[in-house]
Amino acid sequence: MNKARSNPLNSALMHGALILYTLIALFPVFVIIINSFKERRSIFREPLALPDAESFSLIGYQTVMKQGDFFLYFQNSMIVTVASLFFILLFGAMAAYALSEYRFKGNLLMGLYLALGIMIPIRIGTVAILEMMVATGLVNTLWALILVYTAQGLPLAVFILSEFMRQVSDDLKNAGRIDGLSEYTIFFRLVLPLVRPAMATVAVFNMIPIWNDLWFPLILAPAEETKTLTLGSQVFIGQFVTDWNAVLSALSMAILPVLVLYVIFSRQLIRGITSGAVK
Amino acid sequence: MKRARIRWHILVFLAPAVIVYTAVMIFPLFNTLRLALYSRVDQERVFVGLQNFQTLFFDPIWSEQFWNALGNNFWFFLIHMLVQNPIGIALAALLSHPRLRFAALYRSAIFIPTILSFVIVGFAWKLILSPIWGIAPEMLDWVGLKSLYAPWLGREEYALTTLALVSVWQFVGIPMMLIYAALLTVPEEILEAGEVDGITGWAAFWKIKLPLILPSIGIISILTFVGNFNAFDLIYAAQGALAGPDFSTDILGTFMYRTFFGFQLQLGDPHMGSAIAGAMFAIILVGVCIYLFGIQTRMRRYQL
Repeated sequence: MNKARSNPLNSALMHGALILYTLIALFPVFVIIINSFKERRSIFREPLALPDAESFSLIGYQTVMKQGDFFLYFQNSMIVTVASLFFILLFGAMAAYALSEYRFKGNLLMGLYLALGIMIPIRIGTVAILEMMVATGLVNTLWALILVYTAQGLPLAVFILSEFMRQVSDDLKNAGRIDGLSEYTIFFRLVLPLVRPAMATVAVFNMIPIWNDLWFPLILAPAEETKTLTLGSQVFIGQFVTDWNAVLSALSMAILPVLVLYVIFSRQLIRGITSGAVK
Repeated sequence: MKRARIRWHILVFLAPAVIVYTAVMIFPLFNTLRLALYSRVDQERVFVGLQNFQTLFFDPIWSEQFWNALGNNFWFFLIHMLVQNPIGIALAALLSHPRLRFAALYRSAIFIPTILSFVIVGFAWKLILSPIWGIAPEMLDWVGLKSLYAPWLGREEYALTTLALVSVWQFVGIPMMLIYAALLTVPEEILEAGEVDGITGWAAFWKIKLPLILPSIGIISILTFVGNFNAFDLIYAAQGALAGPDFSTDILGTFMYRTFFGFQLQLGDPHMGSAIAGAMFAIILVGVCIYLFGIQTRMRRYQL
């Protein structure tokens, strides 16, 4: 069976092409990280060599630690990402439940209204968002970012979660109703645990864009104490542009947390994309 | 008879999402479009109708920048369509091959650039392509092509294309994953039926799989379109708000940022910024409508 699709030459060619592209994908990351551990002269003399006993140096990391408040930036990014995800999931699941479970006037219309934001980027409204944040005094607070990311993530979350909630069995919910559970208890105790995989997918989809965003931190929260890691490294690198050790170390430090998150969640992410959640 | 009563729980379930979404997304969107119709005259907000748009499209100082940014943006999009999506489809076709070993490993590795922030990607490539560091010329030297090297990001004629290719490098993982997912749904029986008829290998891909995944190609095209027309971060991280050299990498996102916030000696102008946002909104809306009504409804969907 299937002889035509599995001859060894073909397979070698396929592996060759995939290895080549994998190298292209990983090469820049690799170069940045190995050079961040070298002293200045070796960075320029042998940029592609691994750090050895002679060229090894942590001077870049020392500069970064001394000059930039990377711990604070990291903490800000963490707070913003986790809080936004929490609100996206909570509010999104609640709205998705209302849309998928109950029949009421305007259900379809409400669904369409919430879906509008899937295609229209929130950045278009930036001018008015900034004006509103200034008026409410939220500018330069992490709340401004949390609100914006929550609003940005909700449309897709509602869309994906309501698809999944339609599949939760009616018998289960009706059994709960007969036992006298309130609608709220049914939602939180029966339905939410069942859609946990879909919630994880939504969380992973939203996590990376929120963590990596530069536009809103730059506009809504550029103050030193509210800088996110992305904005913080951008500003830091801009200032230290001639200090190659510091720049390479700052880049490596910005790569690290995302890479760790990716290693933890990549299975979830890939399963989410390939299960067709975004069709 | 049962009287229709308000079911409060529905309201409670819907309210938080609808309130946040309306207040932070929909309302500012329309408010921005409204602000585009005003202007600041002597510290006061004055309604000027479509004058801002007239300035944007026809005033020599503004229109030159606007058409430049719009043209660049279309070039940026074109490169993505011509390079990113074909590479993504090719990689997905390879990965979806049955009994390919290490497929999961390749998939995860190729997706890594997609998870990095624009700041990392922008600076990393800036360093690698930099003539000071010399990695790019050295590597070209290995294959005997050193004469081809030029400081691409610093040259007006190459900078935009280079950045578009960097962006392609970063995002190729997305079309790859979506097409890969679509290819997995192609049933084995159809492929075997094709084999019986002598359609194998490349022919099977072109004649059987590709027509079946056309809807997914439509989706990645519109995602690319929307993403490109509100891009900003990569250009800003690599070339700064001035989108140098000499505005050759300026796209609508950076143009809007500069106009809205001001730079160097020019003061920020929220009303002109809103007008540019309005233009971006219109372009994205046209693109989405062409997709929804022109492409998606006409696309043949095969019942699998």
